[in-house]
Amino acid sequence: MQFFLDNIDLFRDAFLNTLGLTLFAGVLALVLGTVLAGMRVSPIAPLRGLATVYVEIFRNTPLTVVFFFVIFGLPQIDTVVPFFTGAVIAVGTYTAAFVAEAIRSGINSVAPGQAEAARALGLTFSQTLTTVVLPQAFRTVVPPLGSVLIAMAKNTSIAAGFSISEVSSLLARLSNADPNDLLFILLGVVLAYMIITVPAAIALNRIEHRVAILR
Amino acid sequence: MSSLVLFDVPGPKAKRRQLIGTVVGGVLVLALLGVILWRLNGNGQLDPSRWAILFDPAAGVPQAFGSALLLTLRIAAVAMVTSTVLGLLLAVGRLSEHRWVRIPVTTVIEFFRAIPLLVVIFALYFVLPGFGISLSAFAALVGGLTLYNMAVLAEIFRAGILSVDKGQREAAFALGMRKTQVMTLVLLPQAIRRMLPVLIAQLVVLLKDTSLGFIIGVFELLRQARSLVEFFNSQFGNIYTFQLYVGAAVIYIVINIALSQVAKIVEKRTRSSAKAAGAAPPALATSTIDTGRAPGV
Repeated sequence: MQFFLDNIDLFRDAFLNTLGLTLFAGVLALVLGTVLAGMRVSPIAPLRGLATVYVEIFRNTPLTVVFFFVIFGLPQIDTVVPFFTGAVIAVGTYTAAFVAEAIRSGINSVAPGQAEAARALGLTFSQTLTTVVLPQAFRTVVPPLGSVLIAMAKNTSIAAGFSISEVSSLLARLSNADPNDLLFILLGVVLAYMIITVPAAIALNRIEHRVAILR
Repeated sequence: MSSLVLFDVPGPKAKRRQLIGTVVGGVLVLALLGVILWRLNGNGQLDPSRWAILFDPAAGVPQAFGSALLLTLRIAAVAMVTSTVLGLLLAVGRLSEHRWVRIPVTTVIEFFRAIPLLVVIFALYFVLPGFGISLSAFAALVGGLTLYNMAVLAEIFRAGILSVDKGQREAAFALGMRKTQVMTLVLLPQAIRRMLPVLIAQLVVLLKDTSLGFIIGVFELLRQARSLVEFFNSQFGNIYTFQLYVGAAVIYIVINIALSQVAKIVEKRTRSSAKAAGAAPPALATSTIDTGRAPGV
């Protein structure tokens, strides 16, 4: 316990890193994912194709490989990003593919009559999508979107492999400590993730109940 | 809802607009690709001699990738088998009517679902040795993958078992079957067929997650690429880095897309055979099995 308290500063910084990574990557994933989902149903073929290729590639690449490309690949096209920004980009762009799939399934679950009515009223594609279909789609995809985001919070741990001092990396960094002390660190790491994921799960549950549409 | 509902069949004006959009969109996509290729080319990354190394047996790259791929597949295969078996046991345990079985099993499942896979692997690799149990990096990776995925698979199996129509269970009991018989002869065969696509999707995730071995130093595909890069960098300077990483990534993507396609084919087949047999109403289609976890993240 004493050892844990001695390293509390290290722990706090690591926790803030994990939290920051989760928040920034979450925003990036939601925004990019929504845009990709919109592109996948758009009337313009190249955009549809681009979004499909993006989703297929990112869904089938390990996140570790995405990290590799951001950290070691981007410098090859003369774009060097700091490690933290790189981690946000890697986790965000990877998760965006899953967000896009979740939202697309939501778009598919909106009754066709809604879009037909919107068109009958003379709304354009972007109006139909943003004012009629997406608001309803978002409501139905709260649960799957929630599990994507919680999985993402856990996925930020992979940043530990790329010199970012987040929570999991403490286990590797302090691995020379006394076994009993290390057990406390492990407990702290597990708790740290739960501090992020459990309230997120509760909040999502609330949101789900609040926005649910009764059909 | 098909995406076609979202916009009208284009008239002459809309057609012209869409054509403009297509051209502009296409140009933008091509421009983006062009910029990337141009930057890469400016750094000499597109030089064919640099890519030739991926296929040059004399440099040892294909052999190294081949053996690393084998190791990756071996890790994945071992972890797939153990986690499927353990997951099945846990799922049945969680559905047990004995509280002393149900509660510990539920705790185990929820615990391993709540923490990141990497933390499980780190715990096995860094924390356990302090208590006298030293695991090799390989064992820690396989153990971590097993523990984490058995919990996820247990939930998939449980959802599958619960999705079997209640009447099946009742009928089996009415015929005088025992609990074990009901589970193994009636419920599981139907459940497994129904959850096969979700199961395969999770196995794709497992295959992807073997890349975490890179962080603790298992010589799987990614680590091998890294060590090849380090080797060639010390020999010829920083010229093959990008090519070797692209090579490793392409191998991953090809294998995973192939597995995902298998999942899609299986899903289509189970769906159509269920329809033909009239066994499952559409409401019970595989896609509605709620695993509590988005597949593949």
